[in-house]
Amino acid sequence: MNFKVSKHIDLNQQASWCPGCGHGIICRIITDAADKLGVGDRIVTVDDVACGQFGQYAMDYNSIMGAHGRVVATAAGVKRARPDALLIARPGDGSAYSIGIESTISCAMRNENILTIVINNSVFGMTGGQMSPATLYGMKTSTSPFGRTAERNGSMMDITKLLGQSDMAYLARCSVDSIANINKTQKCIEKALQKQMNGEGFCLIEILSPCPTNWKMTPAQSMEFIRNTQSKALPLGEFIDRGGKEA
Amino acid sequence: MAKVILDMSRCKGCFLCASVCPKEVLTPSKELSSKGFGLIHLNEDKECIGCGACYKVCPDYCIEIIDEKA
Ligand SMILES: Cc1ncc(C[n+]2csc(CCOP(=O)(O)OP(=O)(O)O)c2C)c(N)n1
Ligand code: SF4
Ligand code: SF4
Ligand code: SF4
Ligand SMILES: [Mg+2]
Repeated sequence: MNFKVSKHIDLNQQASWCPGCGHGIICRIITDAADKLGVGDRIVTVDDVACGQFGQYAMDYNSIMGAHGRVVATAAGVKRARPDALLIARPGDGSAYSIGIESTISCAMRNENILTIVINNSVFGMTGGQMSPATLYGMKTSTSPFGRTAERNGSMMDITKLLGQSDMAYLARCSVDSIANINKTQKCIEKALQKQMNGEGFCLIEILSPCPTNWKMTPAQSMEFIRNTQSKALPLGEFIDRGGKEA
Repeated sequence: MAKVILDMSRCKGCFLCASVCPKEVLTPSKELSSKGFGLIHLNEDKECIGCGACYKVCPDYCIEIIDEKA
């Protein structure tokens, strides 16, 4: 088998992500998933003003730079105006679960027919590694220097607990820590895009993703952290898969 | 034996490809790029099995694998 990046990866420029950043891996997976379904020309991404914004320099899709925390709602609006487009909102964990939690929950409740891919690196990456709702208990960040605790900082966000009983179409958590999990992530994205084409409704895939810079680890150590720690606190799997059935 | 095509001008020296290559075809080098990033090293004497692991993990789209058997 040959391996060559999609024509929807823009090799004429380069995103300025840090070495080993998961954002770049995830953009490659998105383009290969869309190509596998033959729908690359229909994708519209809505990127968030955070490290995800550099996806605009990695992927060659029609895209919108949404306001931070509003990319899920923006994607829902575009979908209503352009039903033939396949919408992918790409917030980080800070965007989707902190400033934008209202958009995330409301779009899930309305079962908006879009795919939301939450790149969860458990920190506010772009602004210097501050604690996010998805920061793990015990995790040290620039604003939780002694490690996050429930007492001091509130409960950790696990989106599968919050939306797990909702009537949305699809909810999964994936990871890029290994080739097997990268392959699974691509399969889940393909499945969710197919669901959007079927008109099934709101799909959210959270992807555990390394931020070596703010985790103060090497890229390889970051993958081990996902494997041994982050994915233990936030288990991988498919949590809702309605398969087109009415809720 | 598959062929690895590397675009060194994109490499940021994260070495994730080296961490997943089962055949040590890709290993870290001590060199720095003109931008100050680390650089990967391609060991031409090692046999690439065309598994694509390096392609899948590379965050900067530096790698293409051509497998004649495909
Ligand atoms: C309305 C608004 N408020 C605050 C900011 C500052 N800001 C930029 S990125 C960011 C957090 C990013 O965290 P996350 O969404 O997890 O993305 P990451 O960079 O980690 O991928 C914040 C608060 C902003 N850009 N816009
Ligand atoms: S700060 Fe973290 S999330 Fe942002 S580009 Fe660097 S490694 Fe990636
Ligand atoms: S395709 Fe597989 S064997 Fe060949 S260089 Fe990449 S990881 Fe190594
Ligand atoms: S994964 Fe890509 S960027 Fe990282 S060292 Fe290998 S070729 Fe360079
Ligand atoms: Mg984040």
